[in-house]
Amino acid sequence: MSDIQGWLRADGRKGIRNTLVVAYLVECAHFVAAEIVQKFRNTPHEGEVQLIGFPGCYPNEYAAQMMEKLCTHPNVGAVLFVSLGCESFDKVRAANAVDASGRPVKTLVIQRTGGTRSTIQAGTDWIRKTLAQIAEGPRAAMGVDELIIGTVCGGSDGTSGISGNPAAGKAFDLLVAEGAACIFEETGELIGCEEIMAERAITPELGNILRESVQKAERYYATLGYGSFAAGNAAGGLSTIEEKSLGAYVKSGDSPISGLIKPGDIPPKGGLYLMDVVPDGDVRFGFPNISDNAEIVEMIASGAHMTLFVTGRGSVVGSAISPVIKVCANPDTYRALAEDMDVNAGDIIEGRRTIPEVGQEIRDLVVAVAAGQQTRSEELGHREFILTYKSFEPIGPACLPGAA
Amino acid sequence: MTHDFGPFLLLSEKDNVLVARANAAEGDRVTLETGPVQLTRAIPMAHKIARHDIACGAPILKYGMPIGVATEAIHAGAHVHVHNIRSAYTATHMLQDADGLSAGVSL
Repeated sequence: MSDIQGWLRADGRKGIRNTLVVAYLVECAHFVAAEIVQKFRNTPHEGEVQLIGFPGCYPNEYAAQMMEKLCTHPNVGAVLFVSLGCESFDKVRAANAVDASGRPVKTLVIQRTGGTRSTIQAGTDWIRKTLAQIAEGPRAAMGVDELIIGTVCGGSDGTSGISGNPAAGKAFDLLVAEGAACIFEETGELIGCEEIMAERAITPELGNILRESVQKAERYYATLGYGSFAAGNAAGGLSTIEEKSLGAYVKSGDSPISGLIKPGDIPPKGGLYLMDVVPDGDVRFGFPNISDNAEIVEMIASGAHMTLFVTGRGSVVGSAISPVIKVCANPDTYRALAEDMDVNAGDIIEGRRTIPEVGQEIRDLVVAVAAGQQTRSEELGHREFILTYKSFEPIGPACLPGAA
Repeated sequence: MTHDFGPFLLLSEKDNVLVARANAAEGDRVTLETGPVQLTRAIPMAHKIARHDIACGAPILKYGMPIGVATEAIHAGAHVHVHNIRSAYTATHMLQDADGLSAGVSL
């Protein structure tokens, strides 16, 4: 039995944090929302009030659904929406969804609240009152089998595929064996792995779906003219997208693949899931995910309680809503950025520890963080967030063969 | 008995590249299965060298899987990277520091 005390939500899901999110609904309301959050820095409520938002003024069904999923995530206890007033985001629909989930919700419209200063004051007052209210929310014992864990790699180099990603894969194997749901993603970084990955699907139909998702990513990136490959990847010794992919693929571990989900789909039970993050249809709105936090946000929308982030070059990001555990693959990077890293998988490169040992450390840290321990990026105040335009078709029944 | 590549790792028996486990200096001697070679440039950690001579057009194998195609003949012990291999999928985007040696990066 674990000692995780979750926050029990009305839908039966449990959170590992009890965050009040302030969500701006267009860039024009970003500053006001950020100022409201700022009022709680360096107070006893530091970290409990977090900023998320959507910058665009044009409507987008994906963004609307993502916002609903994020605002009703089990780590979220209450929501303050900050609207300018004339943007296209459907704030009534969003607020109704949060209200129906049993969470306190408030929408402030800057154009009707008296402007910048008045809205900041009104928001701050509501949050003070609401923080006290949600602190009384019900708690319940939570098992590892109720956790949803995502994994992402960013700032990859040639060490990522040798140390950090295999160790994260080992942690995933341990967590899946304990009944947790684990999500890996970024089909654009699985190019070259589609055949070996398809063989791990629990049904042949799902295998075809996995293969097609990578082929879709390949077409999408070919149209855009760039693979999912940053200049720093090459400086770190990676020569091609397929080399980066093979290194990234191993973070999925060795478990059978139970399903394919898209951003916002909640894994129906424990197991390993691939998230298809590449939009459906013609290429629109630009690159699928413009930076690592876009992927992290999509896994959170699918219920991820936390994310394992494997880095070689050295990313320092965290995330709003769900904590990020940073696993550093490169021993030199670890020494250079130790204050930002939770796990030194560089030990594997230097022969000090084995992949299973570091995998076990990651698994144990996941449980400790679920029980309340702060990650490095949480302690440092990192709460990055990004949400942009996309469009998806819903998944079909063959994507989740074990769901019935 | 497994061959000892010194500071380089062989990730799969099928591979034709070795991966640097630590930064290796220009002039360092590495004993390959075909005999000793001297590194003609520094190899930063996690970069690759050729395990043996590789023909132009041959697949490059790492983790036992293809990671690209040689765009020129590559000598045993030579740096294998963006200058002499290409993706079979999409072209690699790189800046001038792709060699991992330029001022302020890697080493």
